[in-house]
Amino acid sequence: MRKAFEIIDHTADVGIVAYGANLEELFSNAALALFSLIIEPESIEEKLHRDLKVSSEDRDSLLVNWLNELIYVFDAEHILFRRFDIKTLSENMLQATCYGESFDPMKHKIKIGVKAATYHMLTLEKNTGGYKARVIFDI
Amino acid sequence: MTRWQGQLIKVDDYRWKIPENYKAGMRVPGLIYASNEMLESICEEQTPEQVANVAFLPGIVGYSLAMPDIHWGYGFPIGGVAAMDIKDGVVSPGGVGYDINCGVRLLRTNLSEAEVRPKIGQLINELFHNIPSGLGSEGKIKIDQKEMARLMVEGARWAVKRGFGYQEDLDVTEEGGCLSGAEPDKVSDKAVKRGMPQAGTLGSGNHFLEIQVVKEIFDSYIASIMGITEIGQILVLVHTGSRGFGHQVCTDHLRVMEEAVSKYGIKLPDRQLACAPIESKEGRDYLAAMACAANYAWANRQCIAHWARESFSKVFGKTPEQLGMKQVYDVAHNIAKIEEHTVDGRKFKVCVHRKGATRAFPPEHKDVPQRYQKIGQPVLVPGDMGRCSFIAVGTDRAMAESFGSTCHGAGRVLSRGAAKRSVRGRDVVQELESKGITVRAESIPSLAEEASQAYKDVTEIIEVVHKAGISKKVAMAIPMGVIKG
Repeated sequence: MRKAFEIIDHTADVGIVAYGANLEELFSNAALALFSLIIEPESIEEKLHRDLKVSSEDRDSLLVNWLNELIYVFDAEHILFRRFDIKTLSENMLQATCYGESFDPMKHKIKIGVKAATYHMLTLEKNTGGYKARVIFDI
Repeated sequence: MTRWQGQLIKVDDYRWKIPENYKAGMRVPGLIYASNEMLESICEEQTPEQVANVAFLPGIVGYSLAMPDIHWGYGFPIGGVAAMDIKDGVVSPGGVGYDINCGVRLLRTNLSEAEVRPKIGQLINELFHNIPSGLGSEGKIKIDQKEMARLMVEGARWAVKRGFGYQEDLDVTEEGGCLSGAEPDKVSDKAVKRGMPQAGTLGSGNHFLEIQVVKEIFDSYIASIMGITEIGQILVLVHTGSRGFGHQVCTDHLRVMEEAVSKYGIKLPDRQLACAPIESKEGRDYLAAMACAANYAWANRQCIAHWARESFSKVFGKTPEQLGMKQVYDVAHNIAKIEEHTVDGRKFKVCVHRKGATRAFPPEHKDVPQRYQKIGQPVLVPGDMGRCSFIAVGTDRAMAESFGSTCHGAGRVLSRGAAKRSVRGRDVVQELESKGITVRAESIPSLAEEASQAYKDVTEIIEVVHKAGISKKVAMAIPMGVIKG
């Protein structure tokens, strides 16, 4: 099986490269990559779920907005997710159910605080095996 | 990362020009302040290309500038300065950065190294206990939406009104700690929700509070006006910004700007440079929201400085007044401001973007506090936690050629990942201890990201801006105690 994502270095920040056989898988893997920057995803249990809806101008910014929505939910409501069920995905709209739990400082060890997904060096492309995207985060 | 192969023309030992014809679409040339040696590392990444890209932005006047601590950012380089004519220019959230009004505040004290050294462990623990820090840290200030709206409009004044510090702190804070034009209704509910619990927190990453010892004074007259008179004198430096609040404001408005770029037909070489005309609804809304975040950051540093004074007071059994804990200055280094500047003999009202750059206004400028009219605006340049920090002042030359701007700090050379691979957090603590620096951090592993090796040497940076004449160095201090998130 091919890997779901990779972590890449950027001088002041950090980034991810996510893969997916289709766009749904790509968006799901990108979200998983985001949470793997913040924490060991294995330490997150599926205790609650949250329905999220994100819209945008185009598909590239949909990816950025989707990741920013997850960062927001974590920073404002302290919810960590580990599984993402993408229900609908179009050029400019995404609906997903996200599974995870509330942040527990006794149990969860935060690695880095991710503050925003940026457009910097953003790529989202289709190749022979499926889709590949790169996102740089501000931390 | 591939090495930058573009064209640089040497102007003098500290100035390098990227000609306007380097790339079709540049409206002005680029100008990088750097020494010959520094240029090597600057060109290792595509940073000069980013300086050239910024020169594409509509309404840019003079030069697309880069300070010697420049490093690769998203869209705009960090260490970049760009001024846009308010009549036909644009404002770009990327030219400010995510951490709106990230900045530095310096307090002086009457204490000496000999008095503080025996109590440094106790003092650092007290500060660490008293000042909320770390990822997702929540403040001890509980504010509701109404109070948050006041904070966004009043900035540091809000904090002083509630007993955090003194009126005279405001006199020595850029903009008096309150940027005008803040409109809370231009800020999203999301930003407010992220911001409320984080007010009055240091945060994580490269943010810190340091207890420093003055090691060198280069200009004793100027230093004395700032209350810095002795080698061995203790100073307190706070570096933090607008936390998740500023990030959300930036994220929200970048989205709006994305649409504005196509609406106004602006051609950009990099999507992260998204912008809108200053006079458009999108541009005005961003500036109004950005002012809210800038004010939030000033309130934040005001509260943290207050708790630092409280901690010193408790450990030394004296009031902050008895300890002489007066504020020297507070500067923003991620901000956009409407200012008046002269370019080629013509006066312009411009929107100056400073992203990882500090305002450096000269003596007798109307925006310099009364106390500093003779010496110029204090400039605070923190280095990494293992080396030193500098205090400088603004100059006429900065006003004439860099829109009254100078460097902001050391600038990274290693990514956080590379720093972590080359050194362990525990080793960083030991190395600092061996230099007589006590450190307390929420996360020891993440200290590795902030190790000296990850940064340029701030001494080289300050030499360049000093010799180039865009600021004048006044004093140097080294850390004795550090708290980090």
